[in-house]
Amino acid sequence: MAEDGQKAISVEAVGMTMRFGGFTALDDVSIRIPAGSFHALLGENGAGKSTLVKCMMGFYRPTAGQMMVEGREELVDSPRAAAAFGLGMVYQHFTLVPSLTGAENLVINRTDTPQVIDWGKERAALHAFMQAMPFQVPLDEPVARLAAGEKQKLEIIKQLYLGRRFIVLDEPTSVLTPGEADEVLGHVRRMTKRGELTVLMISHKFNEVMTFADDVTVLRKGQRAGGGKVAELDHQAMAAMMIGDQKIATLDVRQPVAADAAAALTATDVKALDRTGLKSITIAGLTVRAGEIVGIAGISGNGQKEFLEVLAGQRHRETGEITVKGARYHATRGEAHALNVRFIPEEPLRNACAPRMTVADNLAFRTFDLDKRGRHSFWIDAGAIRRNADRLVTRFKVKTASLDTPIAALSGGNVQRAVLARELTGEVDVLIVANPCFGLDFAAVADIRARIMQARNAGAAVLLVSEDLDELLELSDRILVMSEGSIVYETPIAGADSRVIGQHMAGHH
Amino acid sequence: MSEAASETTFETVGGRRNAGSRAWIARRAEGVVIPLGALLVGMAAFSIFLLAIGKSPIELFDLMWRGGFSSWFSIQNTLSRTAPLLLAGLCVALPARLGLAVIGGEGAIVLGGVATAAVGEALAGSGVPGPIGIVAMALGGMAAGGLWIGAVGALRHYRAVNETISSLLMAYIAIALMNHLVEGPLRDPASLNKPSTQPIEAIYRIGAIPGTDVHWGLAVGVVACILCWVLIEKTSWGFAARVAGGNMRAAQIQGLPVGPLIVGFCAIAGACAGLGGTLEVAAVHGNANASLAAGYGYTGILVAFLARQNPLAIIPVAILLGGIDASGGLIQRRMHLPDATVLVLQGMIFISILFSDTVYGRWKIFNPELWTEKG
Repeated sequence: MAEDGQKAISVEAVGMTMRFGGFTALDDVSIRIPAGSFHALLGENGAGKSTLVKCMMGFYRPTAGQMMVEGREELVDSPRAAAAFGLGMVYQHFTLVPSLTGAENLVINRTDTPQVIDWGKERAALHAFMQAMPFQVPLDEPVARLAAGEKQKLEIIKQLYLGRRFIVLDEPTSVLTPGEADEVLGHVRRMTKRGELTVLMISHKFNEVMTFADDVTVLRKGQRAGGGKVAELDHQAMAAMMIGDQKIATLDVRQPVAADAAAALTATDVKALDRTGLKSITIAGLTVRAGEIVGIAGISGNGQKEFLEVLAGQRHRETGEITVKGARYHATRGEAHALNVRFIPEEPLRNACAPRMTVADNLAFRTFDLDKRGRHSFWIDAGAIRRNADRLVTRFKVKTASLDTPIAALSGGNVQRAVLARELTGEVDVLIVANPCFGLDFAAVADIRARIMQARNAGAAVLLVSEDLDELLELSDRILVMSEGSIVYETPIAGADSRVIGQHMAGHH
Repeated sequence: MSEAASETTFETVGGRRNAGSRAWIARRAEGVVIPLGALLVGMAAFSIFLLAIGKSPIELFDLMWRGGFSSWFSIQNTLSRTAPLLLAGLCVALPARLGLAVIGGEGAIVLGGVATAAVGEALAGSGVPGPIGIVAMALGGMAAGGLWIGAVGALRHYRAVNETISSLLMAYIAIALMNHLVEGPLRDPASLNKPSTQPIEAIYRIGAIPGTDVHWGLAVGVVACILCWVLIEKTSWGFAARVAGGNMRAAQIQGLPVGPLIVGFCAIAGACAGLGGTLEVAAVHGNANASLAAGYGYTGILVAFLARQNPLAIIPVAILLGGIDASGGLIQRRMHLPDATVLVLQGMIFISILFSDTVYGRWKIFNPELWTEKG
C-alpha cells in the first residue's frame, strides 16, 4: 500500500530490442523518463509502442536492452517484478470487476489481501487513503454504475493504492468524452508536477500530447523517429516524425449540399430493443439528404450499434419506418441492390469479410450472384470475379501479395481498402459507415476519409457513425449526438463545438 | 509493422498472378499434407496401442492391405462399403461449409432406410416398373433424411439450438423410431429373430454394376459427391454458403438469405444420408432392420474431416476407410482381435485429425504470404 510522502521514481529503458522470429518489432529504442515527468509515446499502429511498453513492464522478455529504475539497472522479467519496483499500467480497456464496488476492487487487487477481510477496517483505511488523493471517486457504488471517466480515475487510483509510482497509461482517453479526458489528464498532470508520480502515456492524439506532456518520444516502424521537449515541437513536426515521408491522401473539396437535395435515407419513429433486451432505442426522426454526410457521435454503447443493426436488417424493429429514396426499406439483398444502399460495418475483418476466403472472393460478396446485366445468376463466373478483383485492387491501391491471398493476411488498412473497393464501386445512393478508421494507420485513415468524401461529392447520402469526434468534425455536414438510445442533439458543422457535443455525449444536457 | 512488410509486394498484375499461383499451390499442398500426416500419426498411435496389447502392428497393416486393397475380391469388398461412407461424409461436409458441425447423419441414414422400405412395401404387387419404383424409393429415403437434418438446420437458425447436440440426439430418436416401426406397424410377421420390414420385391432391388459384385450405390455416391462439389464451388448458392460459413455476420450484412441457406444445405446433406439408407435397404439388406444403424453415419464424420469438407476429396477418403472397414473381418479372424479394434483405429485417426486443425498456417512453406505480411 502507498505511504504518504512516497515520491515519483525515474525510469529508463536502454537499447530495447524485440524480435519475433525474423521480424524486428522494436529496434534499439531508448527512452528516459525522469521522476515526476509526464512523457508521451507517439506512433502509428504497429510502430512498436505497445511492444516497448510490454518490454518495460516485464510482459515480454526483450531480445536486448535493460531497464533502469531510479538510476539502477534492474531485472524486470515479469509484471510481478514490475509491480515490486512500483511500475504499474492502466490499460485501454477497463480491468475493474463491474459487479464489485470501487472499494472491493481496490482491496482484492492487493497482493496481501487477507483470507478474511475486515471491511470496517479496510473502509476506514481507504477513507484515509482517499483523503490524500487529488480527485475523488465514489467507492461504494458498483463499478458498472460509474461513468467511463470515473472508471478511468478509479483505474488510476487503483495503481496509486497499490503503491505504483510510475504508471503507463495506454491511450487513456479513447473511451472518454473530451471533457472527461481533460479532467482525468489534468489531475494526473498535477500529480506529476507535485512530484508524486511519473507517467508514460501512449497516445496518437497530438492535442493531448501538446497539452499535458513534458516530453515526447515518437516511434516509427519499431525505431525511434524523434522526440524531445513538447514545448519545442509542433503538430507538423510530430506528424512528420510519425509518418515519415509517406504520401497522404487529401480530402476533396466539399461540394455544397444542394438546397433542394432529396432525402435519400429517412428513419421515422424507429423503436427496437437494445442488446440487453431490457431497454429500447428510439429514433424519432432522421433524414440524410443526397450529397451530405450526417455524423452520429456518441460514446459506444448508447444505442448506435443497435441502430446500425436495424438499418442493416439484423435487428428486429418494433415500430417505425425506414425509407430509401422514398421507398420502404427492409435491408434485403434485393432492395440494397435495387436502391444502391451500401453498408460498411465497423471492424471490417470481423463484420464484412470472410477471413479465410481469398481477397478475390471477398471482393465479390456484393456481386457474385449477378450476371453482366445485373440479373440474378445461378452459376458463378470465376473469371469475372478475378477480373473484377484485379480492377478493384489496382484502383483502390489494396496492397496484397496476390488475389488468392486469404484476406486475413492483409493489414487492417488494406482490409478496409478492400471493403471500400467492394462497396463504393458503381452507383452509390446511400452509404452507411461505422467507425471506418478505427485502429488504422495514418495513411490508411487519410485514404479512407478521402474515399468517403468522394462518395459524398458524387451524390451519396452518407450516414457516418463514429466514436472519433475529430473524424466526425472533419467529415460531417451535420452532427447528431446519440445518448441512451436516442438522438439528443443536432448541430450543423458550422456551429459545431466539440465541448458542447461532448456534454451531450456524456448525457449532461 | 504490417504496412512496412506489405510494401514488398508485387505491383504488376503479372507478378501478382505468379506469386498467387505459387501461394495457391502451397496452400493446396498444405490441405493434402496435413491430413495425410494426421492419418500417419493416428496409425502410429494405434501401433503403440497394438504393441501394448502384445500384437504386431506390421501384421495388422499387412492384413489391412490384403483385406481391403490387394486383390480384385478385396477391392470389390471395399468399394461395396464405400457407397454409404460417401453419402454419410457429404452429410457432414455440406453443413460444415456453413460452419455447422452436424454429426447425426446416422439418424438420416436410418430413417431414409425405413422410408425406402415403406415405399417398397407400398410398391409390392403394384406392377410399377422397376426403375421407377427404385426412383420412388430413393426419393422417399431422401425426403426422410432431408426433413430430419433440415429440421436440425431450422432449429439452429430459428431457435438457436446447437446443431451438434440436436443432430446427435435426433439420431437416437431416429433409431428409436426405426425400432418402433420395424417391430410394430411395418414388421414382416415372417421375421422372427430379427424384426424386419417386408422384403422388397426383386424388381425393385438395386443390382450390381455389370462385371462386378459392387452395387450401383457406388456410382450414385460418386455422382452425389461431384454434384455437391459443383453446388459449392460453381453456383451462387454455394458461394453464398461459403460466405456464410466464413463469416455469418458478413453474410447477414450482405443481405444473403442465411436462414434458407442453412436449412437448405442441411436438407441436402440429410437427403444424401437418406439416400445412403435407401442403398442399404434396396441394394444390401433387402429390408429395413436394426442393422441400418451400423455406424456409417459416424464414420462419415471421420470421412468428412479427413477430406477437409471437400466433396471431391471425400471419394478417395471413403475408399480408404471402406478398405479399413472391409479388412475388419480378416483382422478379427487372423489376429484374434475384437471387431472394435477398427473403431479404436478410427478413433485415434479422428483425434489426430482434430488436433491437426491447429497446425494450419504454422509452416512458412505452405503459407508464404501469411508469413511475409504479418511478420
